[in-house]
Amino acid sequence: MTAVPGDHPLLDGEAGPVVRPYSVTYGRTRPRSALDLTTMLLATGRTPRHMEPEHAQALRLCRAATSVAEVAANLQQPVVVAKVLVSDLIAWEALITGVPTVDTPDLQTMKDLLDGLRKLQFSSNTNGDDTNGDDPDGGEDPRRGGLRGG
Amino acid sequence: MGKTTLVKAVSEIEPLTTEETLTVAGIGTDSLDGVESKSTTTVALDFGRMTFTEQNLVLYLFGTPGQDRYWFMWDELSRGTLGAVVLVDTRRLPACFPALEFFEQRGIEYVVAVNQFDGGFRYTTEEVRDALTIRDQVPIVMCDARNTRSATSVLISLIEHVLLVVTSRSVP
Repeated sequence: MTAVPGDHPLLDGEAGPVVRPYSVTYGRTRPRSALDLTTMLLATGRTPRHMEPEHAQALRLCRAATSVAEVAANLQQPVVVAKVLVSDLIAWEALITGVPTVDTPDLQTMKDLLDGLRKLQFSSNTNGDDTNGDDPDGGEDPRRGGLRGG
Repeated sequence: MGKTTLVKAVSEIEPLTTEETLTVAGIGTDSLDGVESKSTTTVALDFGRMTFTEQNLVLYLFGTPGQDRYWFMWDELSRGTLGAVVLVDTRRLPACFPALEFFEQRGIEYVVAVNQFDGGFRYTTEEVRDALTIRDQVPIVMCDARNTRSATSVLISLIEHVLLVVTSRSVP
């Protein structure tokens, strides 16, 4: 039996925590390893033997690469609580972290990002979700069958 | 104003909210005695995500509270950040002064995006530059934070600007 709230997310003021945040971490407020909000996490497939329900929940969230911020948001716990839980899982080798955050992202990463953004910009042009925009100039844009979810 | 709107316009997920808790007292002590009496500040933090599969990149966009009492939060966020967008509400131009000052002081590159919405007062970029005394090198762009294309172009301006600064730095 877990102390997780029901299947609808509690919002703002009504979200009195079922379990006080720091009891989840046994009062610990410092993660064992250095983690940023954007540190990417991925489950290794190893399941630690003695886990709290919150650990298991965090681990499930990381089956696909996920950030610390997303784990915190989905657990509905403060970031620092999520960091403590995640750092436990890292210590137990149930999670690995992705490329550590660097102070200055390298040139190639930024170029790749720019490339990605421009492509996205182009596709939102051709998909033309609104009519007030300037028409994409001339040329038949190969509209790809309107796969957008609407 | 409009930060969450802008994040929502480009995010592939419905923007998530998490909270960061700042413990004001107790720096340098590990004692758990009196935890309850420590004063804490909680700040809600909205964020969204963009995945670029082809480039194998994930971009996170965080909308931070603008007030300067939340600077501790910005410090964490500005580690490893590419840069920042200072979103300006033309009805409250001076509200963004603390943000501009913060990024100037930390040497974090940023662009200023002026959120224009129907019925809002329209300034020219030069008027905004003068009013906020923004350096000539800092791009100022007009945007509609609700519009995906417009919001994406703000991000493009930011990355172009950061690239320009980084490459000009490395070539003295």
